[in-house]
Amino acid sequence: MAAPENKRPTYYEELRQRGYSRRDFMKFCTMMAAYLGLEATGTAQIANTLLKTPRIPVIWLHFQECTCCSESFIRSSHPIVADILLDKLSLDYTETLMAASGHAAEAAKEKTMKDYYGEYVLCVEGSVPVDNDGVYCCIGGKSAIQVLEEAAAGAKAIIAWGSCACNGCVQAAYPNPTGATPIHKLVKGKPIIKVPGCPPIGEVMAGVLVHIITFGRLPELDKVGRPKAFYSKRVHDSCYRRPYYDAGLFVESFDDENAKKGYCLYKVGCKGPMTYNSCGIIKWNDGVSYPIQSGHGCIGCSEANFWDNGPLYRQMASFPGFGIESNADKVGMVAAGVTAAGIAVHAIATNVRKKKLVDDLVAEGKESEKELKS
Amino acid sequence: MKKKGHYLRRVFVWQLPVRVYHWLNALVIVALCATGYLIGSPPAIMSNVEASHRYLFGIIRFIHFVAAYIFFFNFIFRIYWGFVGNKYADWKNFIPTNKKYFQQMWEVLKLDIFMMKGKENPSIGHNALAGFTYFLTFIAFLIQCITGFGLYASMTDWWFADMFVWVSNVFGGDFALRNWHHAAMWFFILFAMVHVYLVFYHDYVEGRGEISSMGGGWKFIEEEVFEEEKA
Ligand code: HEM
Ligand code: SF4
Repeated sequence: MAAPENKRPTYYEELRQRGYSRRDFMKFCTMMAAYLGLEATGTAQIANTLLKTPRIPVIWLHFQECTCCSESFIRSSHPIVADILLDKLSLDYTETLMAASGHAAEAAKEKTMKDYYGEYVLCVEGSVPVDNDGVYCCIGGKSAIQVLEEAAAGAKAIIAWGSCACNGCVQAAYPNPTGATPIHKLVKGKPIIKVPGCPPIGEVMAGVLVHIITFGRLPELDKVGRPKAFYSKRVHDSCYRRPYYDAGLFVESFDDENAKKGYCLYKVGCKGPMTYNSCGIIKWNDGVSYPIQSGHGCIGCSEANFWDNGPLYRQMASFPGFGIESNADKVGMVAAGVTAAGIAVHAIATNVRKKKLVDDLVAEGKESEKELKS
Repeated sequence: MKKKGHYLRRVFVWQLPVRVYHWLNALVIVALCATGYLIGSPPAIMSNVEASHRYLFGIIRFIHFVAAYIFFFNFIFRIYWGFVGNKYADWKNFIPTNKKYFQQMWEVLKLDIFMMKGKENPSIGHNALAGFTYFLTFIAFLIQCITGFGLYASMTDWWFADMFVWVSNVFGGDFALRNWHHAAMWFFILFAMVHVYLVFYHDYVEGRGEISSMGGGWKFIEEEVFEEEKA
């Protein structure tokens, strides 16, 4: 690290200043290592890094979003998460939480981008509207796409927070009036990590940042670009209602007897079988609960286009291009009906048009029958 | 009326492996459609039995996956047989490689589908239109296997199914993948309806043992046609 950087307090020093004990710090490191699925030595690695390195500069941009990702993050179960990583001290720029505003804030961002060119981590919350030159989202006189491009140029890595930044979420749902576009489609040539979810789990977000800080690189990603540690299993794979699913015992409607018994929520639309996330393991609000535990099916908020792929409260294959109320089975049954009608027409036509052929066969057969002895 | 003594010649068309493939395929497709439909819309069962004593949905899914494996390897086998089997099993029956193929397709379309008048010239193996339709079904098989194993990849650790992990991303996630897999089922249902009907149709108007050919392996052709075709 360059000389002036050493004058800045390290993560650990900052924490001590804020009144955390070494014990708190070690607990935090242990928790993070566990979430990241590191070996036992991982705790020491994390502790070591946070002890020695000054914080890495972070720029956190907000575009088309509802800020639920930030909300989730600051409610992460361990207080250090918010303090160390999202406190205004650690964040050089984030519209919703920084103390500065107006020109001062923009100037601070510019300065970070210049001073730490190639070093800062760029976090993006929200999708970017590209239709009509991006007029649908402007900040400080610039369109979201301009802001993103400027900030991305000098970023070491980009974190796409939440479904908005990863796949466009609801604003990209059909007909996507603003041309809402996820980050990976706009920025090329930079390492991008996707942390989908609406919002993602706070601990997952913290884990991703801690990994980047500790190891100086992105965690292992899957084919989609999500961290494997948190997105390699389906919600369904860790669901405690799974025995009911396997038994074929389902909640039929939200207040029936089966719902009271805690049966599987598949038939009231649970998308757990198609959704890759750690809700069933890490859970929410300090491990209190998660949607399925509260009696509501998973809506698949961390999956691409979950809005457009069928209704939320039914298990139903939608059929692209056939309107909202259509589903694959309705279309299929109509097609089967049309086919059956076609077959009937053809069968009748056969008996008319091919009468001669058939009559010949019948006559020949009958004649042979007559000629044979009984 | 035809001349007396309408001589028919027995021609061996469908080899045993082709017949075994055909019926195994029919069986597993019925099983896959039935269990697949149930996976998509499970029946309502009100029961007080402990979940640990039942495994109904698990069994339905298990049948789907077992049938899926049979379906897949049977399909691969049929492709192989298209290169080593007899002339009626050959892959050239399915893929148009020359102009004659298209002419024959048009002939079948005119005579058997639009019911136009013309010289009846029944084929011996697959007719050109049927052959081409089977080619399309092979593509549907492929789509169904790719989407199916794509969904299955997250449920297993076997390397074979895990080869299909890329599929989900190509289709834009498991949601879309599942919808495609579900919608494609209807192709199989529509195909089966038309297919069974046309087999009966050919048996009815041609009287050459079309239906039973998939049992014994032979069809019958007129002696004159045999002499003509004998090169
Ligand atoms: C004739 C071929 C097939 C048909 C008609 C068929 C049909 C279906 C249908 C209708 C579903 C329900 C989808 C929904 O939830 O709406 C399904 C699910 C599924 N199918 Fe198939 N399928 C076929 C072949 C295969 C193959 C070759 C595989 C490969 C392993 C496969 C694997 C699966 C899987 C993994 C599921 C999801 C099951 C679950 O979530 O528990 N299918 N299939
Ligand atoms: S409630 Fe949802 S995630 Fe849980 S077993 Fe049922 S379908 Fe799977």
